[in-house]
Amino acid sequence: MFKIISIITSLFIFFLVTISIAGEHFVPITSYRTGPYGVSGAPAANGYVDYLKMINARDGGVGGVELAWEECETAYKPDRFVECYERLKNKGDAGATVFQPLGTGLTYSVIDRVAADEIPLITLGYGRTDASDGSVFPWVFPLMVNYWSLSTAKIKYIGEKEGGMDKLKGLKIANVYHDSAYGKETLPVLRAQAEKYGFELEGFPVAHPGLDQKATWLNVRRYKPDYVILRGWGVMNQTAIKEASRARIPANKLVGVVWSCSELDTIPAGKAAIGYTCSSFINPGANYKVFDDILKHVYDADNGTGARKEVGHQQNYKVGVLMGIMTVEAITKATEKYGNKPMSGKEVRWGIENLDFDDARLKELGIDGFIPTFKISCADHEGGAPIKFQRWNGNAFEPASDWISTDQSIVRPLIEASAAGYAKEKGITSSCN
Amino acid sequence: MIYREAGQFKTSYKADQAILPIFQDKVAMVLMLLVAFVVIPIFANDYWLTSILVPFLALSLAALGLNVLTGYAGQISLGTAAFMAVGAFAAFNLQVRVPEVPFLVAFLWGGFCSAGVGILFGLPSLRIKGFYLAVATLAAQFFIEWLFTHFDWFTNYSTSGVITAPPMTLLGMVIESPLSKYFLVLFIVVICAFLVRNLARSEIGRAWMAVRDMDIAAEAIGINLMKTKLLAFGVSSFLCGLSGALWAYVVLGTVEPQAFDIARSFEILFMIVIGGLGSVSGAFLGAGFMILLPILLNNIGSLITGDAISTETIAHIEYMVFGAFIIFFLIVEPNGLARLWQLGKEKLRLWPFPY
Repeated sequence: MFKIISIITSLFIFFLVTISIAGEHFVPITSYRTGPYGVSGAPAANGYVDYLKMINARDGGVGGVELAWEECETAYKPDRFVECYERLKNKGDAGATVFQPLGTGLTYSVIDRVAADEIPLITLGYGRTDASDGSVFPWVFPLMVNYWSLSTAKIKYIGEKEGGMDKLKGLKIANVYHDSAYGKETLPVLRAQAEKYGFELEGFPVAHPGLDQKATWLNVRRYKPDYVILRGWGVMNQTAIKEASRARIPANKLVGVVWSCSELDTIPAGKAAIGYTCSSFINPGANYKVFDDILKHVYDADNGTGARKEVGHQQNYKVGVLMGIMTVEAITKATEKYGNKPMSGKEVRWGIENLDFDDARLKELGIDGFIPTFKISCADHEGGAPIKFQRWNGNAFEPASDWISTDQSIVRPLIEASAAGYAKEKGITSSCN
Repeated sequence: MIYREAGQFKTSYKADQAILPIFQDKVAMVLMLLVAFVVIPIFANDYWLTSILVPFLALSLAALGLNVLTGYAGQISLGTAAFMAVGAFAAFNLQVRVPEVPFLVAFLWGGFCSAGVGILFGLPSLRIKGFYLAVATLAAQFFIEWLFTHFDWFTNYSTSGVITAPPMTLLGMVIESPLSKYFLVLFIVVICAFLVRNLARSEIGRAWMAVRDMDIAAEAIGINLMKTKLLAFGVSSFLCGLSGALWAYVVLGTVEPQAFDIARSFEILFMIVIGGLGSVSGAFLGAGFMILLPILLNNIGSLITGDAISTETIAHIEYMVFGAFIIFFLIVEPNGLARLWQLGKEKLRLWPFPY
């Protein structure tokens, strides 16, 4: 008995020692590969990890300092996410660099904590929208596009399809949304736009996880909408596309949001999904150097995290790679200022705030054309990148529009008003320094 | 030998009716409180305090609440999470509408609101029993979650339906460090546990148990069923509401109605089933089992395997091992961990000469 105990203890000590090797940037990865949203979460986590592996294999880390990471399973539950956050935040040589929760409810649960712990939070295309006002939320970065900006691009796209924004007047738009923090986040901006452009708007909430939507779509059909905005996540999306077809709403009248825009949503829906359009902050297609590099340095070395066929061909995987790019680029920026040593959260925050993805930089990273150019500043934690719409042709997504810019004249005042309300509630003095 | 009552004579009714009549129990209780109040704060790090001990204590309180209703009074409820939600949202709303109110008062208000709602949804218990009552309380679960999701007033018109707890100040001190949060939750939970223990051995508690064992007989000996059952619902929901307020204010800081979904209700029901129905320690043991074991398994899994096995596999192994543990304990001791503890005490009483 004592022998077994001593073996176990020595094993524990051995692993404790091996974990704390000196000199690494520590990237905490909070992923969800199980639970109702695991199908969507797993490829994203694979992409994130693969990109970090590729950077270590190709460049030997960032600034000569290797990247280290640890994954923690959240199952998309806020309480488990908080546990993971607390578990990982002090690991590594300089603490956690940056957290990316990949969930709006998850984001909300740590917004106060990241400010107290001085660890930045990147929420790429999701999260708390008014955190785009960096003067009130210095530690939170809804990079590229937030939900409200996305929504304005979507209405613009519908306007373009109709032949001008003035044609929106009198249209009926149904908003089928996931009944959660994530789904409800766009309601105010949609209302504001309905007022501005004079279209009619009706919301149809779908309860988590969204497997049963028969009644919802009967109501949608009764409403006779001209367009349906689909704002789902996980298994809700494919069910919605199937039910829409059953309710005789043609797929090309559906406009999905960024998180309803994956092969995981269209393939299971089969023929019903052909013609389905959705928005994305990345371009469809796999012909980008970054994926070749991942295949060459990670998969050819038999070190891939997921399946080889995912790489570059799976929307959530691409989002995961993009998450990796953001993290690594932020660390790179930070090392340029603070030198080649393990970066702390505070230093990485500076890096994120000075991110500048211009054409030259995108080319260097092997992602030119994959994402649009954008730039972060202290006041603007979003960057306001434009949106690409893509259509499902039965086998793959193809571009359905040019890059459509977001309408910051609608979004920004709403964000500032909302952030000011939060600042008042919390007693924060907004500042940019 | 270690645990023996021989020589402990009770010379007054007071001594006989003491909350812990046996000397060793008193010592054990004092030791436990010492550990909780002194040893843990000295040795535990922030990770332990914030993500293990505080959630454990907060959910223990909910389990305690459900144990009053199900364990002592015999009324099955599947609406625990809903009552927690009422507590959380009532406390939040009081503080938002009347900012001068101290947070402890808001917690109590949350508890009382929850008690009111609990009594309301407990009314069917006067007519229906068993599984049918469980289904009736299920209505509370769905209705309340729906209510908080769809009426923006309750979330103070937050765009996403998420409420953020205002800062907690007590006597000019802001409670935000892990240690102060731990102490806050610990104080509340210890007080509630003693209250429940006392209530259980009072006239009310005996009436609850009489109703649980056979309500017709209880009525025949003069127990007012309506009063007894509704009181059980009220007390139970009060504790659950308090626990919900702690969950929102102390554990997470921000909370959406979905944090109190049906899965949470089941989780708490499992806690008392595994921990032991009708005992205070059962609530704590069950909460420990349901909260600590998955996290422990997950931590051990990632510690032992390092990067060799994906987190997905570890998560699945966690579910499997956890499920196996549940089945194991239910087979070995259907009356819960508290019963195991009791058996252990009886064994100790005879040791080293068992017969």
